[in-house]
Amino acid sequence: MKRKALNWSLGVATPVLLVAAWWAASANSMNTFFPPLSAIMVRFRELWLFDHFGSDILLSLRNLLLGYAVATVAGVVIGFVTALVPVARWALDPVIHFLRGIPPVALVPIFISLIGFGIEMRVASIALAALFPTLIATVDGIRSVDTTLKDVSSVYRLSRGEKLAQVYLPAAGPQIASGMQVSLQVAFIVMIASEMLGSSEGIGAMTLLAQQSFMIPDMWAGILLLGVIGFGANLVFELLKNRILAWHAGSRRLANS
Amino acid sequence: MTATAPNSFRRAAGRHTVQEDPMTVRDAAAALPRLEVTALSKTYGSGGSAKCVIEDLTFTVNTGEVVCIVGPSGVGKTTLLKCLAGLQPVTSGAAAIDGRKIDGPPAEMALVFQDYNRSLMPWLTVRKNIRLPLRHLRLQAAELNQRIDTALEAVGLTHAANQYPWQLSGGMQQRVAIARALAYRPEILIMDEPFASVDAQTRFELEDLCLKIRDDFGMTILVVTHDIDEAVYLSDRVVVLGAKPARVLDVVDIDLPAPRDQISSRALKEFADQRTNVLSMIRKPA
Ligand SMILES: Nc1ncnc2c1ncn2[C@@H]1O[C@H](COP(=O)(O)OP(=O)(O)O)[C@@H](O)[C@H]1O
Ligand SMILES: [Mg+2]
Repeated sequence: MKRKALNWSLGVATPVLLVAAWWAASANSMNTFFPPLSAIMVRFRELWLFDHFGSDILLSLRNLLLGYAVATVAGVVIGFVTALVPVARWALDPVIHFLRGIPPVALVPIFISLIGFGIEMRVASIALAALFPTLIATVDGIRSVDTTLKDVSSVYRLSRGEKLAQVYLPAAGPQIASGMQVSLQVAFIVMIASEMLGSSEGIGAMTLLAQQSFMIPDMWAGILLLGVIGFGANLVFELLKNRILAWHAGSRRLANS
Repeated sequence: MTATAPNSFRRAAGRHTVQEDPMTVRDAAAALPRLEVTALSKTYGSGGSAKCVIEDLTFTVNTGEVVCIVGPSGVGKTTLLKCLAGLQPVTSGAAAIDGRKIDGPPAEMALVFQDYNRSLMPWLTVRKNIRLPLRHLRLQAAELNQRIDTALEAVGLTHAANQYPWQLSGGMQQRVAIARALAYRPEILIMDEPFASVDAQTRFELEDLCLKIRDDFGMTILVVTHDIDEAVYLSDRVVVLGAKPARVLDVVDIDLPAPRDQISSRALKEFADQRTNVLSMIRKPA
């Protein structure tokens, strides 16, 4: 108990200390590239709270969520089909094996070159880039479902729908969730990249524009905001995962103790 | 003959066909093989890596009988059960229920697996694990819950209904798997070394439970065990498997008086004789 409290306070104290250190060290900074944190915070508030909130933050978030939602749904569905339908398996297995070797972020340049100027293209490239981690994890997860569980489902004559929704999906759940988490990170990166490259709106576009017009505090404010959003998205994901997959965490904890 | 249950128990069997007089039905049914294994053989793989596990196995299990299969480990007992449950295709010969060849999991059968720790869904509580196979039976809510409660009570796990399988000991997990099979109310119940991981006291209770459900529901029960005493205590007949690939060394009729009792039945001279009988079959050099 005491241990846990200590760990928590460490987890909170370290970032707070780092921010304080940044604040102190940059307070009288004359370096144009490292303006005082106080100046950055002023611009942060002026820009994002709430001048460009509706026009840029919401736009970026909407693209991110839309692309990510399409990616995960498609990834899980295609993953199920690939893992369970023999024809699809033969057709898609080589592609998946090839993609497995490439870190998802390495695919980003492809999608950047595909990015057009329209919003649909941006959402599409987010979706496409974020598709593969979830897809691959789903295929792996379904294939590693315990044969005993499959046998149990057959003996008790579960319907096809029950097998898919009540056995395969939860059994592969932990692996699918890991894939979805990587997908989230990739979606985030592609969202920023797509705005930096093909757009004049969105957080990415504003951040790059600030850098190109030497408005360095604005640039830092943009980076800070992206950091906060990335952190928040991951936190929400973790919370949801820990809730839905509590059984997995619990069984792992018990197995290790 | 074994003691028969009151009629009310039989009606509670739900899926079991209605019978007027249990005694006569039992006697008439005794002549009918419910489960028939004829010249069954099973080879895993093909070509150079082919491995013949079962060769030419023949035996029958009659309606309402408890039959135990004993044999050394690795002889192919689990493989045989998987063939009977329609999970593995047979290489030649056949297994049949009421003369119908088994080519997929039969509706009237439930199987309790040997690896109990892998046969429960870790994401479902005990109660939901038991409920999962019942969903497609389209039972009334009241009957559904009553079946689950009865099954939990029978294996002594009422208090663990809302726990997850991984929070339970191995023996308790196995009892959950048994409860799941009981709640399903199969006509034929097959169990693969079901009591191997439970303590002696619970083991006696589960053995008696096994006999009780046979009497109450007229279930036909096939149990694989490596415990000779258990086989003799439970069985109407013991099928002794041996040699590799597996074949039937002998089928021993056990005619201990019914109802069986853990203390008095095991003290009988016949019990010791049958035990010696089965043991000598197993120990006999091939
Ligand atoms: N799926 C399988 N593929 C190939 N060989 C198997 C398979 N399952 C079991 N065997 C082999 O069949 C033999 C009998 O196994 P099993 O039926 O589990 O024996 P038992 O239950 O009597 O201990 C063993 O030698 C085992 O290695
Ligand atoms: Mg076995």
